[in-house]
Amino acid sequence: MSAIRVRGLRKSYGIVEAVAGVDFDVAEGEVFGFLGPNGAGKTTTVEILEGYRQRSAGEVEVLGHDPAGGERRLRERIGIVLQETGVERFLKVAEVLELYCGYYPRPRPVDDLLALTGLEAKRDEVVKELSGGQRRRLDLALGLAGDPELVFLDEPTTGFDPSARREAWEVIRNLRSLGKTIFLTTHYMDEAQVLADRVAVIAAGRIVAEGPPDQLAGRNRASEIRFVVPRDAALPDLGAAATLVVDDRGVVVRTVDPTPVLHTLTGWALERGVELRGLSVTRPTLEDVYLELTAAQGG
Amino acid sequence: MTGDLAIAARQLRFEQKAFWRNPAGAVFTFAFPLLFLVIFSTLNSGQRIEERGGISFVTFFVPGIVAFGLISACYTNLAIRMTVNRDFGILKRVRGTPVPTWAYLAGQVASSVVITFLLLFLTVGLGVAAFGVEFRTSTSAGLFVTLALGAACFCALGLAVSGLCPNADAAPAIVNFSIFPLLFVSGIFFPIDAAPAWLTTLAELFPMQRLADGLQYAFDPRTTGLGFNGSDLRGLLAWTVAGSVLAVRLFRWDSAKR
Repeated sequence: MSAIRVRGLRKSYGIVEAVAGVDFDVAEGEVFGFLGPNGAGKTTTVEILEGYRQRSAGEVEVLGHDPAGGERRLRERIGIVLQETGVERFLKVAEVLELYCGYYPRPRPVDDLLALTGLEAKRDEVVKELSGGQRRRLDLALGLAGDPELVFLDEPTTGFDPSARREAWEVIRNLRSLGKTIFLTTHYMDEAQVLADRVAVIAAGRIVAEGPPDQLAGRNRASEIRFVVPRDAALPDLGAAATLVVDDRGVVVRTVDPTPVLHTLTGWALERGVELRGLSVTRPTLEDVYLELTAAQGG
Repeated sequence: MTGDLAIAARQLRFEQKAFWRNPAGAVFTFAFPLLFLVIFSTLNSGQRIEERGGISFVTFFVPGIVAFGLISACYTNLAIRMTVNRDFGILKRVRGTPVPTWAYLAGQVASSVVITFLLLFLTVGLGVAAFGVEFRTSTSAGLFVTLALGAACFCALGLAVSGLCPNADAAPAIVNFSIFPLLFVSGIFFPIDAAPAWLTTLAELFPMQRLADGLQYAFDPRTTGLGFNGSDLRGLLAWTVAGSVLAVRLFRWDSAKR
């Protein structure tokens, strides 16, 4: 069974159609990345799934319930981590968690939540004294208070420094290994590429691409091989399967089939005793594809 | 159901913790009425109020301060707190959990009621111990019923006005401006018996005057019976009903800006 099933979802505000017929499924236990620029209908869609907004048309099922009903049984099974939502500033971290755990029938223990989000050392800190990153981790802990089957994560790592981001990713991977379904919206394509099993890209109210991130990024797109050779050195002949150009950072080879091209290239270099300094192979990233897709849709 | 009561009770417990840790809330809501009591009772010690049959100033002033404390805790504090909770997204977060709306709001309202009753005991205790006020057990039924209805009335109005406040920055100004002019013409800090008739008639339309008058009635040594003032209780009841209807209509989980 799908954790989330959406068919023909529409939402209009007056004459503006923010969501113009969206279909997708999220399987149980997967990390689903939902991507799209601001104003593309992303937040509207997510908030309909979370039960904050009512749809204009279409079918939506979240864990077998219609979220529009605002049913308590559904809210007991989901966890929501929103952006810009406050917490009682004068309570301590452990107190806020205790308060929120009390809202759920089968909460996760407070100590567990603190450990999972790396807030053990901050348990007796008053919320208003926390740093931005710590607040965000508290948001995550609060979203997990009810030990939810399905977690909505809205831009979970915005404002994190690189090491805090890695830690948050680790938390999300842990959740996945516990069998949770995760609906992740993010602006960071690397985040989606690293975490998501599948992504959908929304632009101008419609889904414009959907699939595993590697497959989306990989389809019919060239990989890039880069290296630097001395200025006056001769360049190899790599055949018709590759294009070779020189830019200010060195030599760039573009090819959809990098393995034989790389073989030819390194064979050429060894034969002539040329060092290929800074040799690298990059596959196209989700970000490249995303920018292309959303630009085309005028999102 | 019992589980939901436990949720409301836990909400109350944590609202109280947060209240006492917030210096602004504790000082304005709690210390102000007590400070007023000490200052005015000391300044006017020994004075008698001729319009009220020569009762002592403090016998008039203590129930007024109880009314003021109730309004601060149930109206001002609750309205500002709920607006801040909405503007900061706390309500939105709560909405995403399974907590029933009534249990969450019950915890908020109960926190204001706890503060009201603490203020009652301190104000009356201080009045009896330091200023020789007589606490009348014969009218205490009327006192507590008036207080309970007053708390319901001003909590409902507080929730309603919070629905009208656009954001947390505007809330203190709106809430205080909606209350202070009326406090002064409602016979809370000084009697208005000698004021022009149109002013007293106007004041009687509002619940501040009704609350203060009802409480003063229970404290007045001339009052016979159980201390129930029918017209004041009817006025408070009407405002409670109106406030509740408005509170339900105006309640928002989310700020309009988003």
